[in-house]
Amino acid sequence: MSTPMPDAVLVPHGEGHDGGLSSEVGGGAPGAPPASSRAEDARRRRWVLARRVAGRVLGAIFVLWAAASFTFFVQTLLPGSRATLLLNESSGQQKNYTAAELAPINHEYGFSKPVLTQYVDYIGGLVHGNFGTSYEQHQPVLSIISREVGPTLVLTLTSLLLAWVMALLFTIATAKRGRVVSAIGSGLEIVTAGLPYYWLGVILLVVFAIDLDVFPVQGGTSLSGLVLPALTLGIPLAGFIGQVTRDEFEKVLEQPFVTSARARGMGDLEVRLRHVLRHAVLPAITLSGWALGALISGAVIVETVFARPGIGQVIVTAAESRDVPLVSGVVMLVATVYVVANLLVDIAYTLIDPRLRAR
Amino acid sequence: MSIHHSPGAGDLLRVENLRVSFGDHEHQRSVVKGVSFSLAPGKCLAIVGESGSGKSVTARTLVGLTGGRSHVWADRLEFDGRGLLGLSDRQWRAIRGKDIGFILQDALVSLDQLRPVGKEIEEALRLHGWGTRASRHERAVELLELVGVPEPEVRARQRPYELSGGLRQRALIASALSLDPKLVIADEPTTALDVTVQAQVLDQLEATKRRGKALILISHDLAVVSRLADTVAVMSDGEILEYGPARELFNRPKHEYTQALIDAIPSAESRGARLSPVSRRVALGQSKPFQRSATPVLQAEQLTKRFRGPDGVHRTVVDEVSFTLEQGETLGIVGESGSGKTTTARLALALAEPDGGEVRLAGERWTGLPERGRRERRRQITVVYQDPLSSFDPRWSVEQVLLDSLSRDEHPSAPRRRARIRELLELVGLEQEHLTRRPLQLSGGQRQRVAIARALGPEPRVIVCDEPVSALDVSIQAQVLDLLSDLQSELGVSYLFISHDLGVIHHISDRVLVMSEGKVVEHGSADDVLIRPQHPYTQSLVASLPALERPAAAEYTPAPVPAPRSKPAIPVPVA
Amino acid sequence: MSSISSAPPLGPAVARPLSLPRWLARLRPGVILAGLVIAFFAVAVIVPSLLAADNPLSINLAATLQAPSLHHILGTDASGRDLYSRVIYGARQSVLIGLGATALSMAIAIALGGLAGLAGGFVDAIINRGIEVLFAFPVLLLALLFVAVFGPSATTEIIAVGLGTAPGYARMIRGQVLAVRDSGYVESARALGHPYHRIVRRHIFPNAMRPLVVIMTLGVAQSIVWAAGLAFLGLGVPPPASEWGALLDAGRDFVTQAWWLEVMPGLAIVLLALSITTIGRYIQQQLEGGIAR
Repeated sequence: MSTPMPDAVLVPHGEGHDGGLSSEVGGGAPGAPPASSRAEDARRRRWVLARRVAGRVLGAIFVLWAAASFTFFVQTLLPGSRATLLLNESSGQQKNYTAAELAPINHEYGFSKPVLTQYVDYIGGLVHGNFGTSYEQHQPVLSIISREVGPTLVLTLTSLLLAWVMALLFTIATAKRGRVVSAIGSGLEIVTAGLPYYWLGVILLVVFAIDLDVFPVQGGTSLSGLVLPALTLGIPLAGFIGQVTRDEFEKVLEQPFVTSARARGMGDLEVRLRHVLRHAVLPAITLSGWALGALISGAVIVETVFARPGIGQVIVTAAESRDVPLVSGVVMLVATVYVVANLLVDIAYTLIDPRLRAR
Repeated sequence: MSIHHSPGAGDLLRVENLRVSFGDHEHQRSVVKGVSFSLAPGKCLAIVGESGSGKSVTARTLVGLTGGRSHVWADRLEFDGRGLLGLSDRQWRAIRGKDIGFILQDALVSLDQLRPVGKEIEEALRLHGWGTRASRHERAVELLELVGVPEPEVRARQRPYELSGGLRQRALIASALSLDPKLVIADEPTTALDVTVQAQVLDQLEATKRRGKALILISHDLAVVSRLADTVAVMSDGEILEYGPARELFNRPKHEYTQALIDAIPSAESRGARLSPVSRRVALGQSKPFQRSATPVLQAEQLTKRFRGPDGVHRTVVDEVSFTLEQGETLGIVGESGSGKTTTARLALALAEPDGGEVRLAGERWTGLPERGRRERRRQITVVYQDPLSSFDPRWSVEQVLLDSLSRDEHPSAPRRRARIRELLELVGLEQEHLTRRPLQLSGGQRQRVAIARALGPEPRVIVCDEPVSALDVSIQAQVLDLLSDLQSELGVSYLFISHDLGVIHHISDRVLVMSEGKVVEHGSADDVLIRPQHPYTQSLVASLPALERPAAAEYTPAPVPAPRSKPAIPVPVA
Repeated sequence: MSSISSAPPLGPAVARPLSLPRWLARLRPGVILAGLVIAFFAVAVIVPSLLAADNPLSINLAATLQAPSLHHILGTDASGRDLYSRVIYGARQSVLIGLGATALSMAIAIALGGLAGLAGGFVDAIINRGIEVLFAFPVLLLALLFVAVFGPSATTEIIAVGLGTAPGYARMIRGQVLAVRDSGYVESARALGHPYHRIVRRHIFPNAMRPLVVIMTLGVAQSIVWAAGLAFLGLGVPPPASEWGALLDAGRDFVTQAWWLEVMPGLAIVLLALSITTIGRYIQQQLEGGIAR
């Protein structure tokens, strides 16, 4: 849901800050240097870019490793013996076992090995794509996930698309159009951004599926069954993207280059679409990595509300039955998605950052 | 409103009794209160005034861009025989860019950073249905060539930040000229630009005028417009106070406001004279003037500083800069943006450590020490910034700001501190009532006075002034410059004065340092350097300086001004 | 519903001749409404019996699944319990869990964000990476992980939600601290020769913490929503708790027949969350009154 995302990103890349003193803005760029050194410049720039990209990739790998370590660490905090837990869960009873009864479990899952070895095994396994084995289903976590994740991905991506479309249309239409309209628009965004999925979903379900019968109550994986869940996920995200974009949009509308465009005879709508939009979406795009992660986790709730197949029910039942490997497998998967998505956005931004191209 | 001007028959533009107000029914704010002027093709009208005078709004009425909550009336608002009142947005769009071109200031923000300049130039063509994509591109390249951009094909594909300041501005001008409009309006075309770039812009505008276009220049800078203007309108508070042929207006201004504006311009001629008519009581009280000493109060030797830019390249921002500053004198550092003058100031303040060389304060080492070793002595050197507002804690009142600058040791008791604050207020010309206000509630000039008062609090020997007047209106600038001169003669404090404005530097400095690309290219006494420059860079700077064009001294009889206050000799040691 | 005649949460107006204090004069109807809602639920948390006559646990099999009516304002559930009473009595647990999670979240966020912003350099880089790592775990999934490991309980909810929401706020606070640290007035203070600890105390801390009111209220609203969400999935405090999320969970099976069982508790959550953020924003505006930025 909408954890308010801060100014995550647009920190200038290591400029010397000048505080209050008038800064040396690079207004005095030299004229065109001779052709040969221009080629050198280009080569140097490419090298710097490559280094930056490599840096980002390394950073992402570090984050993934740290996330995996954290997940492992949490697992070790399990109170009591894991083998006991496993047996109790599968048998539905609550009792203690003798060491002999626990031994085969311990052996099978490696609980008897020293913690450090388990850790290395775990990390090693992750690198090879082994996310562990489910306690309950006795299958590799990865195969369980890959079986069930399809509908969730469909839902997530559709919601993301929907959210963007709604947010952009709304912002373009209502940004800076008089005090009343802007206030209403902004207020609406604030309200929708904070709506819990479980509540919005139920309202939509009751109104559109039960009362009005427009959409099926239990849609399964059909297209018509996709609409309400996608809206449930998409509307709050749209509210959030809208907030961020609107702020930027209104700021950009004040910029002199917009006046220049108007002074050339450009109409208002065209100004918004052709000039302002590109500038205004930058902050929201950088949040896409986070948005994807948040959507997947929100999908868990939405799938429960609409009884929709997907990874949601997998992870909920897993949590209920204390199936730690499965839950942590999903968590690691989502973390990976988040890190990779962020990395791609980051790299893209690094490549198009005008300040890098300047000299 | 009672300005007499006689519109001619061949006039392209006729404005009579133009009124503009903002706001809705309850709160109407009148911004332009009855303004009239006219303009013939091939002529230039300059509308001059300080901020808030309404000059920009007036210009925008001519393209219908005054904004959503504005109301525009006039007895007559005609362009090329067509009435401009009550036009719909669609009708305006047909005129903008095609018949009337509009140029804003500073191309860095007036052009879309994310698009190639060629596309920006083509935009007007496209909007008015001109040509095909290919022919539009050709025309854009032609236009770039017209305004003197070398390699126009290459440049057309580049984005504004990839071009130098001068080329950017030319591209901006080109984008306004693309459809050959009959009237070109330039709103503050030279503000915030380097002097050399300013000169290039004015050249281009002059060329435009020569091609038979009518030109309207909006500026607060009289010197800038004096080169091009045929007629000048001086605006203040929404009204035109004086209107007439440029030559007459500059030589024999009829209105005292115009006279005051002209007098307020700092330059070579105004050295030693007061710029503003405001005088101020002097209170010496607790502060004692400094004695002249044998050692210079500030010495810099071979200062060097390198920075790593975002693209990984090491740039030498300050390159072996040396200077000395004696007690009681002003050393001006002048240079364009990127010259390293601001960084030099920071090194002098020891807010940054040099990579090479050192600074000595009153003979003792200043840089290269741990902060502990300096903290005590920081009171000897203070700073006044260009934008005082960002240098004040937003929660603090003026009183808190000033209290902060007083040291516990020198003013241990509350009554002593209050007395000192009162003294500081008097020194800078503020009143007691200002103490409880927040800086946000004060005007630009008042804020700068507070900043100066704060800089004086610790009784410093040197004050580093980093573009202290660049953001102020001419008349306020004059007052602040006068204030700084007064303080120097009363207290004997030295100034390290940084500015890009040659006129200001020439007016206030005893000696001058000219910087370019991190190096000192020339230094010497102010007159030597700025009247008889030796180095080609200095020469080009001085040559680009727009001077208020006046005829020889014989023809010119100045209006009575208060007797010029000569710069005092070295202060006599006070017992 | 009983009418509340308690004083508005902002206290009685200060008696000043001829002019209202600014914060009172700027009250908008939305803010007043938000204040009333908060007051209402505050009473529900502290003295629920004041607002709800019926015992929330009393089963009445004769009146199961009744739609909202004058007798049962929000209807009844499958065991005939009055939903309104359950909502009122459930407020305490939900709000307390939310407050607990927020306290934890803020403590972490201020510690990390403040340290990172102030220390700079290596420490900042490390902490920043740490925040990145926490960000990789969406709140809900982190909570599910905790539940899988520790089993469902109030404590688990508090820790999970607290940890999960912390990185967002940590980043916000870090951003604030950095902005202040690089500001002109901090540099001015340095130039005047003030020692660093004095600058931190007098400038950096007060200015960086200024948006804290909004952040905290946002946090409380968020935490209440998340905690209820967790319970909705059946992983919160075990029944028969009246905690709002638990009500949502229980009502899940009856969506088609008795929509009020799902919608009403959710409405309470939404109303409370919205009111809290509205008041938070309002207070922030008043604090910012004469401040530049």
